[in-house]
Amino acid sequence: MVEDILVDIKKDYVLSKLREGERIDGRKFDEFRKIEIQTNVISKAEGSALVKLGNTQVIVGIKMQIGEPFPDTPDKGIIITNAELVPLASPTFEPGPPDEFSIELARVVDRGIRESEAVDLNKLCIEEGEKVWLIFIDIHALDDDGNLLDASSLAAISALLTTTVPAERFEVGDNYPLPVRNLPVSVTSLVIGDKFLVDPSKDEVSVGNTFLTITTDQDDNIVAMQKSGSYLLKEDKFFEILDVSLSKAREIREYLKNI
Amino acid sequence: MSESNEEKKDEIQLIFGDKRLDGRRFDELRNIKIEAGILKRADGSCYLEMGKNIVVAAVYGPREVHPRHLQDPSKAVIRYRYNMAPFSVEERKRPGPDRRSVEISKVSREALEAVIMKELFPRSGIDIFVEVLQADAGSRTACLNAASVALVDAGVPMKGMITSVAVAKADGVMVLDPMKEEDNYGEADIPFAFLIRGGKIESIALLQMDGRVTKDELREAFKLARKGAMEIYKLQKEAIMKKYISESVENG
Repeated sequence: MVEDILVDIKKDYVLSKLREGERIDGRKFDEFRKIEIQTNVISKAEGSALVKLGNTQVIVGIKMQIGEPFPDTPDKGIIITNAELVPLASPTFEPGPPDEFSIELARVVDRGIRESEAVDLNKLCIEEGEKVWLIFIDIHALDDDGNLLDASSLAAISALLTTTVPAERFEVGDNYPLPVRNLPVSVTSLVIGDKFLVDPSKDEVSVGNTFLTITTDQDDNIVAMQKSGSYLLKEDKFFEILDVSLSKAREIREYLKNI
Repeated sequence: MSESNEEKKDEIQLIFGDKRLDGRRFDELRNIKIEAGILKRADGSCYLEMGKNIVVAAVYGPREVHPRHLQDPSKAVIRYRYNMAPFSVEERKRPGPDRRSVEISKVSREALEAVIMKELFPRSGIDIFVEVLQADAGSRTACLNAASVALVDAGVPMKGMITSVAVAKADGVMVLDPMKEEDNYGEADIPFAFLIRGGKIESIALLQMDGRVTKDELREAFKLARKGAMEIYKLQKEAIMKKYISESVENG
């Protein structure tokens, strides 16, 4: 009950600021919070990254195993993405099997990586039709202060960039770096009426879960999109958001290249 | 949006001059058949075929919500369940919700939530169940089209009609309403749903995409989707009219 009232107060505050053309934390409408990326934070994992997006924190660990390929792609490795919104990360997360939010989160992150062909799956075949590498991308939310999705996408690609294929441990040759050849970057906007705010914080999300996520690759192709939340979007607004998402993704990609 | 075990291959030709694998033009829909009010127990229902897709939608409500703690004192709770029959696809699908169905149910529900006047029914629930009996790409769009007709059939007040269609990129060309081959071997899949009000497309209610497209290709996709949606909208309207005309004849 107390939380309901607080949400209403925050919502009014966000909206009144918005009418003045401002965000509650003073950011520009198209400004991300401070991004911090730390890689190789888990030595037991094949690759890992901790991403901070303002106060939002996500850790992604990559584990690899040998498994059977899918029958229709006998010479390709396999990506499996999972997200756990553990109760430690937010008072509203509950333990238990993944709910629709964590499933959506994992699937949108997965789509960006898969469709940009960020990982060269052809180089992850050990024995055609018999043995290929399975890449498990596990997203672990630590602190949800809004926009877990972009934090997770960034953590996933950062972790992949630092992944070593553990061939020696499985006795199938020498270890080698995971072949990563594209840098997909997702940009999530909170759509409020005819305005939109990139990288929304938790307080801003009090106005509603009305998001548009656009993931683009290093050649400015659009590789994944997800409109999430019950709201209606105008076509011209969509293309406005697309332009901003493209230019923001370019900025963030420069940052990623330093990893 | 293919599952991870349906990785794309690119060895089959999808475009032949200005025609597609099944002889359609780039901007041509598959055959669509819609019938409203086909189930006796449901408050509203719809049978829909879209190419080889066969789906049935049922609407129950507005009705009491159980368990009660899910009730919302300010508006109706909307629930949407997209479910595939085990026999609907080549390889038997394990019954029950998988991750793909959960995601589709979420975005489809959100599309309908945005147009149903749920404030009119506080504390109540509107349940929408859609069963995919046969799937052949675009099943989520077929389901939304059927759900929309079933909602009208149930008399649920809405801001307008939801009409859904996908656009794919096949052999570098944008094509309307892709069938299985275009979805599997194509380079992108973009499902859309629009709110149509007063005979005009007003806004986007659902938008997803996976694959690889440029901004210009997206513009082309919007153009095709709008055209397709208007055609489907006419068929949805006809199906509803047909039911009510036959009902009024029966009742003298």
